[in-house]
Amino acid sequence: MNLVGTLFVVALSGCAVAAVAAVLAPPRARLRLAGWCTAGAGAVGAAAGVAAVMADGMTSGVSAGAGQRWSAWLPELLPLAGVRLAIDPLGGVFIAVTGVVAVCAAIYGIGYCSHGLDGRAFQLVLPLFVAAMLVVPAAASVSTFLLAWELMAISSLLLVLAEHRRRAAVGRAGLWYAVMTHFGLVTILIGLVAFAAGAGGESFEQLRAAALSPAAKTVVFLATLAGFASKAGIVPLHVWLPRAHPEAPSHVSALMSAAMVNMGAYGIIRIGLDLLGGGPAWWWLLVLGLGAASALFGILQAVVASDLKRLLGYSTTENLGLVLVGVGAAGFFAASRLPVPAALALAAALLHVVNHAAFKTVLFLAAGSVLHATGTRDLDALGGLRTRLPYTTAAFAVGALCASALPPGNAFVSEWLLLQSLIHALPGSGVAGAVTMPLAVAVIALSAGLAVATFVKAFGVGFLARPRSAPAERARESPPAMLGAMALAVAGCAALALAPTLVVPALGRAVGVVFPGREVVSGELTLRLTGVAGMISPLLIAVTLVAAASIVLGLVRVSATRRARRAARLWDCGAGPISARMEYTATSFAEPLERVFDDVLAPESDVDVTPMKESAYLVERVRFHARVPDRIEHRLYDPLIAAVSAVGRGARALATGSVHRYLGYGFWALTAALIVLVVTW
Amino acid sequence: MRLWRKIVKTGRVAEPAPLRDPDAPRPGVAAELAGSVQIRHVDAGSCNGCEVEIASAFGPVYDAERYGARLVASPRHADALLVTGPVTRNMEMALRRTHDAVAEPRLVIALGDCARNCGVFVGAYGVAGAVSDVVPVDVEVPGCPPEPEVIVAALRGLTGR
Amino acid sequence: MSGVVGAVLQVIVIAVGSPLLVGVMRQVRARLEGRAGAGIAQPWRDLRKLMRKEAIAPHGTGWVFRAAPPLLAGTALVVAAVVPLVTTASPLDGVADLFAVTALLALGSVALALAALDTGTAFGGMGASREMTVLALVEPTILVSIFALSIRVGSTSLGSIVTATVEDPLSVISPVSVLAAVALAIVTIAETGRIPVDNPSTHLELTMIHEAMVLEYAGPDLALIEWASAMRLSVLLGLLASLFFPLGISGASTGALALLVSVIALVVKVTLMGALLAAGEVFMAKLRLFRVPELLAGSFLLALLAVAASFFLA
Repeated sequence: MNLVGTLFVVALSGCAVAAVAAVLAPPRARLRLAGWCTAGAGAVGAAAGVAAVMADGMTSGVSAGAGQRWSAWLPELLPLAGVRLAIDPLGGVFIAVTGVVAVCAAIYGIGYCSHGLDGRAFQLVLPLFVAAMLVVPAAASVSTFLLAWELMAISSLLLVLAEHRRRAAVGRAGLWYAVMTHFGLVTILIGLVAFAAGAGGESFEQLRAAALSPAAKTVVFLATLAGFASKAGIVPLHVWLPRAHPEAPSHVSALMSAAMVNMGAYGIIRIGLDLLGGGPAWWWLLVLGLGAASALFGILQAVVASDLKRLLGYSTTENLGLVLVGVGAAGFFAASRLPVPAALALAAALLHVVNHAAFKTVLFLAAGSVLHATGTRDLDALGGLRTRLPYTTAAFAVGALCASALPPGNAFVSEWLLLQSLIHALPGSGVAGAVTMPLAVAVIALSAGLAVATFVKAFGVGFLARPRSAPAERARESPPAMLGAMALAVAGCAALALAPTLVVPALGRAVGVVFPGREVVSGELTLRLTGVAGMISPLLIAVTLVAAASIVLGLVRVSATRRARRAARLWDCGAGPISARMEYTATSFAEPLERVFDDVLAPESDVDVTPMKESAYLVERVRFHARVPDRIEHRLYDPLIAAVSAVGRGARALATGSVHRYLGYGFWALTAALIVLVVTW
Repeated sequence: MRLWRKIVKTGRVAEPAPLRDPDAPRPGVAAELAGSVQIRHVDAGSCNGCEVEIASAFGPVYDAERYGARLVASPRHADALLVTGPVTRNMEMALRRTHDAVAEPRLVIALGDCARNCGVFVGAYGVAGAVSDVVPVDVEVPGCPPEPEVIVAALRGLTGR
Repeated sequence: MSGVVGAVLQVIVIAVGSPLLVGVMRQVRARLEGRAGAGIAQPWRDLRKLMRKEAIAPHGTGWVFRAAPPLLAGTALVVAAVVPLVTTASPLDGVADLFAVTALLALGSVALALAALDTGTAFGGMGASREMTVLALVEPTILVSIFALSIRVGSTSLGSIVTATVEDPLSVISPVSVLAAVALAIVTIAETGRIPVDNPSTHLELTMIHEAMVLEYAGPDLALIEWASAMRLSVLLGLLASLFFPLGISGASTGALALLVSVIALVVKVTLMGALLAAGEVFMAKLRLFRVPELLAGSFLLALLAVAASFFLA
C-alpha cells in the first residue's frame, strides 16, 4: 500500500474512531473527543487527496486511465460485488476539499454543539457523513459508488433533522431533502445500472472500456445528470437546498454546501467526461444551459433573500451553476475538438469548486456564529455586529469579498479563468459556440454583478451600522473553537486568493485524467495560460493595491494639517437622533433590484387595512406583507404536490377498513393477473 | 437643436465681475480656506425673501460660483453655514446640531436683518433669538432682504477672490 | 525602461490632471449655461481646502468607514497605472487585464457602498443600494464589450488590444468597434455617475446615488473621495480614448520625446471627451432611477451585437 492508500485508510479509520468515541465516551468528553478525531481524520484525508494530486502518473507519461495512484479491491467487505476503491488526481481534488472542510467543520462543532447538539446520535453521524464523502470520489465500481452515495445522503439527512424538536420547519425541510435526494439516487441508480448492464461489468475500468450505442449512452448520461444535478442544487432540482441549508446546524450546512454538493459536479465529470468519454455537443450545451440558469436564478433569489443562511444556500446554487458552466463548456469544446480551451474550462470549474468550498465554509461558519450569538438569521433584525462580534465580522468580510468575485478574492481568479476559456474558444467553436459563448459570458457577468450586490447586502446590513433588534444588541463573541475554525477557513481563502499559482497546476493534473495533454497554466507569481495568451497575477494586484492605498494614506498624513479626528453625531438633518428603525434593511436594500427583475422574481405583496369601527375612513391598523417566493417551486412543485395528494385522497376511498373488501381486491387482482398472463403468453 | 440655438443667441449672461470690496469683513479662518468656500444654507425661520435673493446670487447673472463659493448638500461638506431668518424655537436645536456637524475651520454667515437682530420678529413668541444668540456669527449681511450684490460681496470677502 | 517611465508618467498625469478635468467640465457647463464659471483650478482649490479641514468620525462608524476612502483612491491609482494611457508597455500590464481593471473599479465602489451602510443613515443605505443596483447591471455590458474587443486580438490584455489597434487603425471603424464603443460609452457614464444616470451636483438626497453615499465624509476623507472620483472619470475616458482612438500612444521602446507627445495626446483627448460629455449633460435631464435599467439593457444589447458582429463578419 502506497502513501495515498495509507493516508486514506487512516482517514477512514479516524472517522470510525470518532464514531466509536461519540458512542462510548462520557458526555463531558464526547464533544472534544469526537470533534478532534473527525478533524484529524479530515486532515489526513486532505493529505491523501493532496498526495494523490501531487504524485501523479503524468510524469511517467502513462495514459489517463493508468494515472491512478492507489486502488484496492476488497471482495470480502461486501457480499456479491465487494468494495472497489481507486484514487486518481480527479478524485483526489474532491477528497482534499472534503477533508479540509471537514477539519474546519469538526473543530467548529466542538464549540457550536455544546448547547443541545452534543447527543450520541448527532456526534455519531457526523464522522460517518465525512467518511461517506471521502469514499464517494474514491469509489471505483458502481455498487461501491451507490453505497457511499446513499450513506452520504442518509447521514446528511439525519444531520439536517438534528434540531427537529425545536423548530417545525426542520421537519419540512428534511422531508423535501429526503424526497429530492432519493429521487436523485433513483435516477443515478437507473443510469448506472443500465451502464453496467451494457458494459458487462460494474467496475469503472470496465465501464470506461465499454462500447455502448449512442442512444444507450444518452440515456445513461441524462439519467445520471438528473441525479447529480439534484445533489448539486441545480435548477429546477434545487428546491431542497434553500430549505435544508438554513435549518441544518451551521457546520453541517458548511459541510453540505462546501463539500457535499461538489459531489454532484464530480459525478457529472466522472460519468460524463471520464467514463462515457465525452459525447455529442448537445449534452454539454444542456449542462452549460442548466448551469447558466442556476447561476442566474440562484443569485437572483439570493439578492432578494433576507434570511442569511437561505441567502448563502441560494448562493451555493449560483456557484455550482458556474461550475457546471465550466464543465459544460469543457465538454462542448472537447466535442468541438478544441483541446486547449476544454482543459482550461475544466480547470476553471475545478478551481471554482475549490474556491467555493473555501469561502462558503467561512460564510456558513460565520453565519452560524451569528446565529449562536443572536438566535436569529433574519438580516432585517441584525446589524451592529461589527463591535460585538469583531472576529466573526472580519471572517465574514473575507468570505464576502471572496464570494463577490472581486480582487483580491479567490473567486475572482476562477471566474477569470472561466471567462478566458470562453473567450479563447469562440473563434473555433462554430455557430452554436458563437451563440452560446457570449450569452454564457453575459450570464457569468450578470451573476458576478448580482453577487457583489448580494454580499454587500449580507455584510453591510447584517454586520455594519447599528443593531436592529434586541438580540443583535446583546450579541457575544463565539467560543475559541468556533473562532479557530473560522480562522483556519479564512487562511485557506487567503492562500487560494493570493497564490492560485500553487493550486492551478495541481488541478491541471486532475484535468489530465479527463483530457490527457499538456499543462494548463504556468508561472510562479503570475498565472500564465499555456497555449493561449492571457495572464494575471492576483498576488501582485493585492500588493500594488496595498502599496497604492499606503501611498495615499501617507500623502494624507503629510498634507493634512489637522491630524485629530473629531467624533460627532451622525448627520440627522438637525432633527432628533437617528434610530435603528430609520436604517436601510436587507429588504429595502434589495428593492431596486427586485423591481428591475420584477418579471423573473414575481414578488408578492399584500396590504391589509383594518378600518376603525366608527368609520371606514379611519384606519386602525395597516399590515404590509411582502415576500419573494421561489417561482420554480411555486409553478412546478406546487401543482405536482397537489396532484400527488389528490391521488392519495382518491386512493383513500378504496381503503375503507372492511376486511371483506380487501380480500375482494386480492381476488380480483389475482384473476386479472391470470387473465393478462393467459392473453399475452 | 433649439436649445443649442438659444445657448448661442443668449451667450454669456453673467455680469462682469465688479471690483472686490477691500473692506469686506474677512475673518481669520477664511484665509485658511484659500479661495474655496462650500456653503450649507440653513433656513432657521425665514420668510423666504432671503432665499429668493440667495437663488439669484447663485444664478447666472451674479454667478457667485465664479468666486469659489458653492452650495452643497451636507454640512459635513461645508465650510460655512448661511443662516437666514430669526431662529425659531423649533429650529434652535437643529441649528446647533448643524453647526456641530460642520468640520473645523467653520464660519457662520447671518444673512438678512432677521438673522442679525430678529428684524420685525423681535420679541415674537416663537422666536428664540438672533443667530448670534445660538451660534457664534462671523459675518453679518444686512438688508431685508439683502440684494444679491451684497450677498456676493460678503461671499467674496470669505473666498478672497 | 520607457514602459516604466510611461507608467509613472500616466499615473502622475492622471493624479494631477483629473481634478483639472473636472474643472474643465464644470467650466464648459457654466459657459453653456451663460455663467462665468469658477475656473478650471477650482477643484484643486477645493481639495487643498479639504485637506486643511479636520476629519470627522460619526458615532457608530468603524474601520469600514475609515478604510473606504484610501481604498477607493488606491484602486483608482492602480487602475491608472495598469491601463495603457501613455504607454502600452506598462510593467503592470501582465499583472492585470481588462477584467481585473473592471473588477478593481467595482472594488472601489463596493468599499464606498459598505462605508455608506456602516453609517446606518437612511441616505447612506439608499445610496449604497442604488449604486449596487447600477453596478450589477453595468457589469454584463462591460464584460461582453471586452469579449467583443478581445476576440480580434485573442487576448484580454489591454496592452495587446491597444497595440493591435495602433497597428491597424482602420479596424476602429468596423461595426464591432463602433457597437462596443457606444456600449462602453454608456456604461462609462453610468460608472462615473454622470447625467443621465446620476447628477453629480444635485442637492436633493432623494435623487442621489453617489453623493448620498458620501454625505457623512468631511475633510481629508472627502478630499480623497472627490479626487478618486475624478481619477476614475479620467481613467475611464482615457481608456475609451485608448481603445478606440489610440493615436499618439507610445509603444515598448520609445524616447523621451515620444512619451511627451503621448502625454500631450492623452491630455488633449481626455479634455475633448470631457468637454463633450459636459456639453451633452446640458442638453439632458437625469433619468428616473427605474428608467436607468432600460438604458443599461440597451447598452448590453449593443455589446451583444458587437460580439455577434465580430463572429459573423470575421
